[in-house]
Amino acid sequence: MGISRRTFLKGSALAAGAAGAVALNGKPAEADFKKPALRIKGLKTTTTVCPYCAVGCGMIVHTKNGKVVNIEGDPEHPINNGSLCSKGSSLFQVANNDLRLKKVQYRAPNSGKWEEKSWDWAMERIAKLMKESRDNNFIKEEEIDGKTYTVNRNEGMAMIGAAALDNEECYLLGKFARAMGVGYLEHQARI
Amino acid sequence: MTNHWIDIQHSDVILCIGSNPAENHPISFKYINKAVDKGGKLLSVDPRFTRTSSKADHYAQLRSGTDIPFIGGMINYVMQNNLIHKDYVVNYTNAAFLIHEDYDFNDGVFSGFDPISASYKKDSWAYQLDADGKPLRDDTLQNPRCVYQLMKEHYSRYTPEKVVSITGTKLKEYMDVVETFCSTGTPDKSATIMYAMGTTQHTYGTQNVRSYAMLQLLLGNVGVAGGGINALRGESNVQGSTDYAILYHILPGYLKVPTYKNTDLTAYLEKWTPKTNDSQSANWWQNYPKYMVSLLKAYWGDVATEKNDFCYDYLPKRSGNYSYIKLMERMQRGGFEGLINMGTNPIVGGADSGAIGKGLDKLKWMVSVDLWETETSVFWRRPGVNPKDIDTEVFLLPAASSVEKEGSISNSGRWAQWRYKAVKPPGHAESDSFILDKWIKNLKKLYAKDGVFPEPIVDLDWNYGDGHEPDIDMVARECNGQFTRDVVIKGKQYKKGQQVPSFAFLQADGSTTSGNWLYCNSYTEKGNMMKRRGLDDPSGMGNFHNWSWCWPVNRRVLYNRASVDLNGKPWNPEKPVISWNKSTRKWDGDVPDGGWPPMSEDGTKSPFIMIPEGYGRLFAAGLADGPFPEHYEPMESPVANALTRQQCNPAVLAPKHLDNTGKYPYVGTTYRVSEHWQAGAMTRNLPWLVELVPDMFVEISEELAKKKGLKNGDMATISTARGTIEALTMVTSRLRPMTIGGKTVEQVGMPWHWGFNGLTTGASANTLTAAVGCANTTIPEFKAFLCNIEKGGIKS
Repeated sequence: MGISRRTFLKGSALAAGAAGAVALNGKPAEADFKKPALRIKGLKTTTTVCPYCAVGCGMIVHTKNGKVVNIEGDPEHPINNGSLCSKGSSLFQVANNDLRLKKVQYRAPNSGKWEEKSWDWAMERIAKLMKESRDNNFIKEEEIDGKTYTVNRNEGMAMIGAAALDNEECYLLGKFARAMGVGYLEHQARI
Repeated sequence: MTNHWIDIQHSDVILCIGSNPAENHPISFKYINKAVDKGGKLLSVDPRFTRTSSKADHYAQLRSGTDIPFIGGMINYVMQNNLIHKDYVVNYTNAAFLIHEDYDFNDGVFSGFDPISASYKKDSWAYQLDADGKPLRDDTLQNPRCVYQLMKEHYSRYTPEKVVSITGTKLKEYMDVVETFCSTGTPDKSATIMYAMGTTQHTYGTQNVRSYAMLQLLLGNVGVAGGGINALRGESNVQGSTDYAILYHILPGYLKVPTYKNTDLTAYLEKWTPKTNDSQSANWWQNYPKYMVSLLKAYWGDVATEKNDFCYDYLPKRSGNYSYIKLMERMQRGGFEGLINMGTNPIVGGADSGAIGKGLDKLKWMVSVDLWETETSVFWRRPGVNPKDIDTEVFLLPAASSVEKEGSISNSGRWAQWRYKAVKPPGHAESDSFILDKWIKNLKKLYAKDGVFPEPIVDLDWNYGDGHEPDIDMVARECNGQFTRDVVIKGKQYKKGQQVPSFAFLQADGSTTSGNWLYCNSYTEKGNMMKRRGLDDPSGMGNFHNWSWCWPVNRRVLYNRASVDLNGKPWNPEKPVISWNKSTRKWDGDVPDGGWPPMSEDGTKSPFIMIPEGYGRLFAAGLADGPFPEHYEPMESPVANALTRQQCNPAVLAPKHLDNTGKYPYVGTTYRVSEHWQAGAMTRNLPWLVELVPDMFVEISEELAKKKGLKNGDMATISTARGTIEALTMVTSRLRPMTIGGKTVEQVGMPWHWGFNGLTTGASANTLTAAVGCANTTIPEFKAFLCNIEKGGIKS
């Protein structure tokens, strides 16, 4: 997929959605100039923290009818005081992006394309594969230097990634992996 | 970070080495600017004149991979000119400790080296002990076996002239940086070091960081406001994901993954709980058993009892190094049936990424959980392969983005901040916690019927409500920890189910749980501390104790007991972190590193409470490759080691696919741009950012461009012993050729954000990098390798 000026402008128009909401109250834009607070009238506000680097800048997310209509720096946040860099300023396009995955995709062995699948099917299939790989490659005991040790390790699978997950998700991921006996558990901190 | 972002404003001198905050952590630059506005000096040391360099008072160019000579020369300068903060060095570091008579260093190799295993026996690196088992010391620092004298001798070889002959730095540029930084050894001055992957991604990356820490200890800059060693982390939660131990060698809170030798819980705790014979050492890790048992209780709940070793047997035991590089090598040998990628893209981000692609071909199944169709998720249709030849069953699961789920992330300054769910994920996308929840529930069902060693799964305590996805509030409570029965601790009654107030209350008898002891205090009976938005700052130091929460126990500056003199008075009363209040007999200011009285009083404790001996380590026996950082060349280098005959780190085994024959004459290195991020999926799919920086490029000096007939915008081919890529040429004066050992050395720089899939595509720089890692961490040597560059694309 190529990038065109048109796609670029389409994104900008969405970003202007917050201003559009003001127009819904029937007043011309000029009349609102002295009352910028109205710009977010009727919008739900939540706070978040930037998902890019680890400065931890605060952000405000404005939503309307379950859709993100604006994201900007949180002026109350003691680190960034409302400012954001080029990446942080673009988070809006993560929330509103045609390239985001919206369905479970499956690629059968030797196939050249994706097929859409249901969550239930994929999760059952993956659990079955994990179990087979674990059961076929589980090492209960290992002989090292002539001595036998209990190691209870699952050598059938590896898990990588986590730096984009929340702490609570990381905790669950670690708990899951250790219960499965996975030793090969790594993520971006190592690279 | 020992300190945090806002604290940088207090620095008198800021050294950015191996980092480029203006480009990669732009908002942090607010605090650099604040420091500079108050008269502070900014120093930038980098192979390339970066955006940070453009704002610096002094810039010094160094050849990639020569941090240790650069800093070693600064250590030498401080010691030869007696610029140390002497009271700090004597009282708070191990400078006075005497080292074993057998300790030695000879031609690049420390005593105890075994060339067959490429590792050290460390007996000779030990302290000399007195009859009570306490380290012998000489507070005059004159004994030739004391750390101070050994260190002075070791770094006496790092003269300015020798240093610049290795680093390629111009002598004047070097001395400007040295003199400015080394002026901060007085009690009223502080300097900070801001580093990132330019420091760590070397076969001696840990020793690079060590050298910074040693310099900071000599100058008394650790624990103070505007001081410290500050890692600028590149992912929003890579601090948290490390604290939560998604790594082969640690469990949450930096507990150790058991090895096969730790045959039961007793043996494990015996091995990993450090001991001290010094009653003045807090030796905080003596609490290790409490943290470990509380973790096992969080994992296996009521099933975990004293009788069954709290289910210690359920944990896998490792019998080797399973780090990222080793994992990928094993995959290339067909060692795994399955691989799960949780928001990660190894065939762009991993070293020697072409080989990683071939490893993926050998999998029976692979799952990617992501927001986007990453290069890794479609490895089966990457350029040069036929999907028909690849047997792997592949799943791509649509995940929720940061504004579509709830939870905390921890920034570089260790602040755990809460994010709220603003909207539902698009289409059928779901959170990572939803996915993990479904997996474990399905597996629990399967293993309830049959399977190998089902107990760890069947017995896993996994109760996070009956909702569509796990109740994250319940998970956050478990991470903090709860009492499992009514108990009285320190004279106070706690009820079963209550939140544990802080890790000081965790127990080794099964009466507490804690999913991560370091986060115990993040969610108390008062509520979720990570959600706080209080802006009060009574000290005016910008510590904001009521904004979110930071580990440990909301302490904003680590090692802050070293920020005061022996009487508890701040070294610099203008910029206090803590100070001893004689009337209340308590510490004012930040949460202290323990509440004990200052060093001049009875009942005190030494300031470095996480170290068994209690003192900052100028000499560190725990490392794999030597107690002092020593200069070695990168695994691929155009020059010979000018200090010793030991060319590379002896504690690292050289892999295949290196080429030092001269076929690849230039030093290659990788970096990032502000507009893109990591392996690119989070930026190369956003039209705004793609418009700003649309293409992969390669940056070379004007001199090299002339030699190769390359102009701005020309396509060029870059090759190494691992692979070949093409990129658009960018000719700049930001890279300058250097003269090293009479030889002209050119450096070639590339961003590594690109791959073959997405809104903008381009070659992956990691096709070129070598899969060889640091002796201590196994972090790959991304930052220095040998390459060649020629005009024209690959097909030309």
